[in-house]
Amino acid sequence: MVAQALKAMHDTVLRVAQPARFVALAGAWIPWVSVAALVFLAAGLVEGLALSPPDYQQGETVRIMYVHVPAAWMGLFVYALVAGLGGVGLVGGHPLAFHAARAAAPLGAAFTAVCLVTGALWGKPMWGAWWVWDARLTSMLLLLFLYFGHIALSRAFDETRRGDKAAAVLGLVGCVNLPVVKFSVDWWNTLHQPASVMKLGGPSVDPAMLWPLLLMAGAFKLGFFALWLARTRTEVVEARLRAAAGRLRAEGGAR
Amino acid sequence: MAAMPGTPFALPLPTQAFPLILRDVACARGEARVFGGLDLAVEAGGLWLVRGANGAGKTTLLRLLAGLLKPAGGAALWGDGRAPRTVPERAVLVGHQEALKPALSVAENLGFWARFHGVTENPWPHASDPFGVWALADVPVRALSAGQKRRVSLTRLAFARAPLWLLDEPTTALDAAGQRIVWELVALHRRRGGAAVVTTHAKGTVDGANELVLGEAR
Amino acid sequence: MTVFLAVLRRDLLLALRDGAGTWTVLGFFVIAVAVFPLGIGPEPQVLARIAPGVLWAMALLAALLSLDTLFEGDYRDGSLEILLSAELLPELLVLAKALAHWLATGLPLALAAPLLGVFLHLPGEAMPVLFASLLLGTPVLSLLGAVGAALALGARRATVLLAVMVLPLAAPVLIFGAGAVESAQTGLAAAPSLLILGGVALCALAVCPVAAAAALRQAVE
Repeated sequence: MVAQALKAMHDTVLRVAQPARFVALAGAWIPWVSVAALVFLAAGLVEGLALSPPDYQQGETVRIMYVHVPAAWMGLFVYALVAGLGGVGLVGGHPLAFHAARAAAPLGAAFTAVCLVTGALWGKPMWGAWWVWDARLTSMLLLLFLYFGHIALSRAFDETRRGDKAAAVLGLVGCVNLPVVKFSVDWWNTLHQPASVMKLGGPSVDPAMLWPLLLMAGAFKLGFFALWLARTRTEVVEARLRAAAGRLRAEGGAR
Repeated sequence: MAAMPGTPFALPLPTQAFPLILRDVACARGEARVFGGLDLAVEAGGLWLVRGANGAGKTTLLRLLAGLLKPAGGAALWGDGRAPRTVPERAVLVGHQEALKPALSVAENLGFWARFHGVTENPWPHASDPFGVWALADVPVRALSAGQKRRVSLTRLAFARAPLWLLDEPTTALDAAGQRIVWELVALHRRRGGAAVVTTHAKGTVDGANELVLGEAR
Repeated sequence: MTVFLAVLRRDLLLALRDGAGTWTVLGFFVIAVAVFPLGIGPEPQVLARIAPGVLWAMALLAALLSLDTLFEGDYRDGSLEILLSAELLPELLVLAKALAHWLATGLPLALAAPLLGVFLHLPGEAMPVLFASLLLGTPVLSLLGAVGAALALGARRATVLLAVMVLPLAAPVLIFGAGAVESAQTGLAAAPSLLILGGVALCALAVCPVAAAAALRQAVE
């Protein structure tokens, strides 16, 4: 489902996506998306911190969930996005896909890191430990490492395009590996609670808690989208500057 | 140079794919353009001497003819419509990089390349030794001088059955005798219908050679 | 096929002769494993408890140690582009190089591991499983390593980069490999873990040569 949504999203991007047009369009969208993200964030925070009830077992600490769970979703979503963009870039050779992937990866790493940190803060009161080598935690940690590899590789070459392509291959291999990682750590050790929102038969979370969660998820997604647009625009402009500088050098050498 | 009996020089060369034609070819290194608008036809028996200042794109042109680099513009095609490749039936490239393993002996290195070029029976050392490196057969390549390495590297030409030789400044580091052997081999190769594209900074010219000066034809 | 065998032969020769080959890897493995009793103490029960994890983790690091040279030499001396433009499919070239790497490092590691298991008081009934798990797992390391090494070609700080890329990808191998030995040690069935390891190996065999070949093409472009 995520893959289809991604594809649709990317097709739209491709339609808008001559780099020059993209820069103009991104400039027009960024303020609106940012405002929408802030509205969702404000509503989600009010709902989550003030209006929603404490959990009957976990008390007030359950409110960490409103940051923790959306961050985890975004961490996974952005990885799929980065891998998909890399694949599109490799197959179609569209530079904008590479720019977008390069811009998205650090954001995904940040979401994953937020998920791990809030998880630790939640784990201390609930499990009595900051960190346990539990399946979910370990696979998120490995996801963070995959992000690190991707980011390091994409920036390890003098020629940026080579870094983009290499990172795209790594992203796709990582995608194949993700389910394997997930299963291996699942069977290895499990303490984390099972999924309670996205499951067959509808969510088992009380609506009073589901609302703030969904609002926060929307805020995270919109916030990501705004930042992603801005970062991609920067990448596009930077690439054009580099190309211009290369042309100048070449002309200087000819004289 | 004495004839080299029993060497692939006696074997017929697959020359029917000539000419290799470049039409309005442009080349880029990274994001910077190296040269453009280049037209070139490599015929059977032909020799092109490629000259030009440092950075004019001589090595880039050879890599393009070898099929290691795709043209940024224009077309490069063999007579049969295929794109350039360094397969044993098409082209052999002897570049600045020697493609030799320091830890292996001369015989082991050349044996590997002989097998690569399809010499399955009795791979090197066999009879073809134009550069006289047979005496060094058991010496590890890391113990050789620059000129000796070049001789070993160029020996690949003796068993390559490729009709097109691409030589990147082949006479660098060679002594006078070695340089003479290079040009004699090229002449021999042309007489059997092969062609060569050779980059060089040397002043002299060779009989029947065409000259291409990069950096002026823009 | 001739080229495949020629590459295999040459890489094995290089691994046996060159400093970065078989002997360095084995030396690292033995010394790294020997460091653990020094730090943890000679308690046989404790050593036996940590033996599967230690042996597997050190085998992983030892295999990783030799990976940065997998394509680097061919890349630097210009052989790689000549080999890549040959009729041999790049995927098969990767397979030849990965097979040579496994024969030169993975197989010796698997053979040496039971010996080191004795030092760590690993019970005898776990030895065959240790050997089998390494026999199934080390090819995956060579294949994943081939992808990493191909991607890191020409990169700055390639060795560290290689570790950052390959270690997270290799996590499942480590988990199931050490898991199989631990099951055998505690009297549980080791077969499930070994079967999964075999499945992972088959997946790696299908995916890694394609990915590594794509990376190699980019490297010589």
